[in-house]
Amino acid sequence: MTGAGRGASVSLSNLERRYDRVAAVAGVSLDILSGEFLTLLGPSGSGKSTTLMMIAGFETPTGGDIAIDGKSVVAMPPYRRNIGMVFQNYALFPHLTAADNIGFPLKQRGVGKAEREKLVREALALMQLPDHGERYPRQLSGGQQQRVALARAIVFKPRLLLMDEPLGALDKQLRENLQLEMRRLHAELGITFIYVTHDQEEALTMSDRIAVMNGGLVAQVGRPEDLYDRPGSRFVASFLGESNFLPAIVRGVEDDIVVAECEGSIVRALCPGRPATGEKVMLTTRPERIRFADGAFASTAPQNRLSVTVTEAVFAGERCRYMLQARDGTAMVLKEPSSAAIRRRAVGERTEIAWSVADTILV
Amino acid sequence: MTVARALPAMLVGLILLFLALPIVVVMVVSFSSATYLTFPPPAFGLRWYSVYFGSDDWLRSTWLSLWVAAAVVVLATLLGTLAALGIARLPKALRVLASALILSPLIVPVIVVAIGIYYAFARYGLVGTPAGLIFAHTCLAVPFVVTSVNASLAGIDPRLEQAALSLGATPIGAFFQITLPLIRPGVLVGALFAFITSFDELVVALFISGSGAVTLPRRMWDDLLYQIEPTIAAVSTLTIVLTVVLMGCAHLLGKRAAA
Repeated sequence: MTGAGRGASVSLSNLERRYDRVAAVAGVSLDILSGEFLTLLGPSGSGKSTTLMMIAGFETPTGGDIAIDGKSVVAMPPYRRNIGMVFQNYALFPHLTAADNIGFPLKQRGVGKAEREKLVREALALMQLPDHGERYPRQLSGGQQQRVALARAIVFKPRLLLMDEPLGALDKQLRENLQLEMRRLHAELGITFIYVTHDQEEALTMSDRIAVMNGGLVAQVGRPEDLYDRPGSRFVASFLGESNFLPAIVRGVEDDIVVAECEGSIVRALCPGRPATGEKVMLTTRPERIRFADGAFASTAPQNRLSVTVTEAVFAGERCRYMLQARDGTAMVLKEPSSAAIRRRAVGERTEIAWSVADTILV
Repeated sequence: MTVARALPAMLVGLILLFLALPIVVVMVVSFSSATYLTFPPPAFGLRWYSVYFGSDDWLRSTWLSLWVAAAVVVLATLLGTLAALGIARLPKALRVLASALILSPLIVPVIVVAIGIYYAFARYGLVGTPAGLIFAHTCLAVPFVVTSVNASLAGIDPRLEQAALSLGATPIGAFFQITLPLIRPGVLVGALFAFITSFDELVVALFISGSGAVTLPRRMWDDLLYQIEPTIAAVSTLTIVLTVVLMGCAHLLGKRAAA
């Protein structure tokens, strides 16, 4: 079942879905490569689910086109698109056993009984549920139901699998196990996955690429580490992970590095464009990439520095989380891996913080 | 048990007794040996049951009522189920309006419906015919089917149908393989109510059964008016037994649907 080229490519061009005057999807263009694991990530109402429903064929676009392997499918009814789909809350047929649920798509395709039973057995084995075929959905746990839903969606060997927040109803531990299982399954099947979620951690863990959606549009597309390290907008920086935002004024540009004045200090940031001197800009940096830069670290600390006051200190097990206030009043967050060897900071303490130019982005 | 707790129980018992006693009286009288309706009966026997089973008129009316009810079951279940499926797909404002229209035969006084049906049917020669009865009773039975199918539909995740389509089922295939099996208890309960509605119906039958299509309730009515004898008690007892059996079935189906 493995092999490159098994996955379908999907091309969305200027895709639009309007309800009266409100646009749920307002012109999405996105090329999803064959065999890719692409996640549509966004808050509720960002248009990610509507986009998925249009690809599945349950919503009709009011503009634009959807092409699968180069052929437009907009006029094709959902039952002829041959796309696997896993729904939120599974949508298992309650009156059919797990085996009959999985066999359902095969039956629709006229697969004979003997062949059907063989494929269902294989699918159950792949999902590590070999002895659960005769159970009804209500007799299965949430995680088992999810596996049956997944088996049902891939048993007919579609080249594209759509998933609509499939792990939303499960607890954290189970969710993390299933995330890894889905990655494994993706590698094993070699088919294209389009995954919808509002959970940024899930998106970062599983995806080859993430398309961050907001207000019916794609805000940014890229590999998880690219999006995380170089968010292209304030929205992406704050939605994907946590970010500090520092208002600054541009004082100059050196190669592709912006020199800016921020809270009374000079701070350098990466910037793809060339902002004008004197322009007001916003700099962003991640809480876990900032360090306290006093005492022994003062001389080796990275280049960007600020003087701050600790306003809140929270011990959270694996790390400590500090709320800081810069000289001009901007609030910042700093996350430090916890260690009994590191002195914990007290509220009211005045200190220096530092972080790298590479971790500073102008948005 | 304290008196305070016993009182409500006794009150409930009395109310139930009040509701059930008339039925008990009818059943006891049906086994009477007397030639007139009297309670308590002087002696017991099966005399009036043998009169019933020996009378062509009574048996003809019974068969008529049974097969009219059977036809009503088929028609009302088909129409009511389709209507419920259609209503579920309407936008909310229209859904309320359509439901109200379909339920109107239950709300309008039966006598008004009966008069309306009488005048309408007279024009097309449907008065005094089984077909007329079937059409009229179907109007009265459809609301019950719509209501019970609706309740079944409300409990079904609409994504199940989408899931079936995404897995390659055609819309018709999805209906027969997924939706219909899931609403089957509601459909069957609706069918039972349709049967009882037609089988017990008197008011409309009074207007339109004429002399050519006399249903069982209509013959019981006539009998009561012109010759007061315990045959009617025997017939009543038989219909009560049939109705209780059917209601029992409906109850069991309802329980299965809820599980």
